[in-house]
Amino acid sequence: MITLTNVLLLAALLFCISVAGIFLNRKNILILLMCIELMLLSVNMNFIAFSHFLGDIHGQIFVFFILTVAAAEAAIGLAILIVMFRNRDTINVESLDSMKG
Amino acid sequence: MSISNEILLALPELSLLSMACLVLVVDAFSKDPDHRITYWLTQISLAIVFLLVFTSIPDEPRLAFHNSFIDDAMSSVLKCFICAITIIVFLYSYEYLKENKLMKGEYFVLGLFAVLGMMIMSSAYSLLSIYLGLELMSLSMYAMVAMNRKSAAASEAAMKYFILGALASGMLLYGISMIYGLTSSIQFTEIAAISMTSVENSRFLVFGMIFMIIGIAFKLGAAPFHMWVPDVYQGAPTSVTLFISTAPKLAAFAMAIRILVDGLFPLVADWQSILMVLAVLSMAIGNIVAISQTNIKRMLAYSTIAHVGYLFLGLIAGTINGFAGSMFYIISYALMSMGTFGMIILLGRYEFEAKNLEDFKGLSGRSPWFAFIMMCLMFSMAGVPPFLGFWSKWFVLKELVASGYFALAAVSVVFSIIGAYYYLRIVKLMYFDKPDKMTAIKATKQMRAVLTANGLLILVLGLLPNSLMQICLTALAH
Repeated sequence: MITLTNVLLLAALLFCISVAGIFLNRKNILILLMCIELMLLSVNMNFIAFSHFLGDIHGQIFVFFILTVAAAEAAIGLAILIVMFRNRDTINVESLDSMKG
Repeated sequence: MSISNEILLALPELSLLSMACLVLVVDAFSKDPDHRITYWLTQISLAIVFLLVFTSIPDEPRLAFHNSFIDDAMSSVLKCFICAITIIVFLYSYEYLKENKLMKGEYFVLGLFAVLGMMIMSSAYSLLSIYLGLELMSLSMYAMVAMNRKSAAASEAAMKYFILGALASGMLLYGISMIYGLTSSIQFTEIAAISMTSVENSRFLVFGMIFMIIGIAFKLGAAPFHMWVPDVYQGAPTSVTLFISTAPKLAAFAMAIRILVDGLFPLVADWQSILMVLAVLSMAIGNIVAISQTNIKRMLAYSTIAHVGYLFLGLIAGTINGFAGSMFYIISYALMSMGTFGMIILLGRYEFEAKNLEDFKGLSGRSPWFAFIMMCLMFSMAGVPPFLGFWSKWFVLKELVASGYFALAAVSVVFSIIGAYYYLRIVKLMYFDKPDKMTAIKATKQMRAVLTANGLLILVLGLLPNSLMQICLTALAH
């Protein structure tokens, strides 16, 4: 039997992996975008689990909105990525260091 | 409440949405390289929305759309200021965009959508509507930062802003999901009622709340979640920096009040202690790091971080007067920041881009009047009486002391004295240093008039601070 705690732990684990991915990744910005998606999906998992175990529909509605916003967010993120690639010919995370102080 | 009445409550938002779509279509068909029609339609729609909100400020809060939308005095006052500030921001930006060959209709369309997001944030009364308003605002602003497609700095800034902003939204959402799971509701009054009674779950509620506070702190740019602020302020086109540093701060303030006061007030003791850490860190990092900056936009970015620290002080006080003090603070900050970035745009337009502090050297010789206005703005930012900035610090600190936080008040006074150094350095550069060039400032009449009015407003409101304070108090009274 899968309990609420099981699902929450899995979601928390995925969330931690995605946050760690954002901070540890030093190579490719595309991987950062993947981490952001993973993060939103782990939150969705939380919502679905709560919605199921509480018998309340709000959580599932929230998930639909998050999915839609995540799609818009990915579109803008990729657009910025393309602009950046045109200007610098690289999508290396370490190249994001021209401003300091 | 019938559906037509509910729609009437959201009339300003709905008309702004339809006007934004109209502007988008009109701009697509316009062949004018200066985008005059787009610009004027944008300004007219903002003015209409301003009037719609201004003429229907309610005495009693009214809820609509399954209690996820609220129309109360606070949201109306904030919406009025958001619209008025954006009108002036667009006026400053128009000249800048034209001069720097960045004139694109998208700037205004994205600006309108961002304003719509801010208005939804100030009227949101459930976690879902707050999240949607926040995303609408943020997504528009990511695109605005990247608008100068040829600039490597702008695209780098946009990327950093996007990644950290998305991370913040993720954190906020994780907090929202925890709060939803524990209270089985996403509506603020229900959350407040349930979190009041559920003592056994309070530890988990605090856990969810911490994630939500991280999200708020990211959006406001409070330390230690401030990494994006300096880079975005420096890399973005100045007109976008001007926009980001003004109206969105009001919306982020509304979000903080809705979540922390309307939703999670039963946990006040917990969030006060978290905000205290954020406030002290922000004031310290903002004021101290700003001293070593040579780029004016970057310096002002650190000054924003410091100001957010002072904003939190009013929330920490935990009383209606304290919240009103915070609201006063954020409104006056938006007005000052608008004037300062307007001045940078003005100086940067014809001869050079005013990037460095050095560019302000000997401004009094080149244009005594603008040097005077800039001096007013800098004194106000530093908190020198009788300017507006003094009163905003005064109200916040007064409430902080009234609630018994003497040590915190003393610390913040010390940091504000440290902060005065870098504001006064600009005054010194303007009045006591020799300029590199002696050409006078050229500017359109419009720009001169509005910038003058902006500077004098800081002075006049500083002489009559109680009128603005009264507005803030009535806005938060219920």
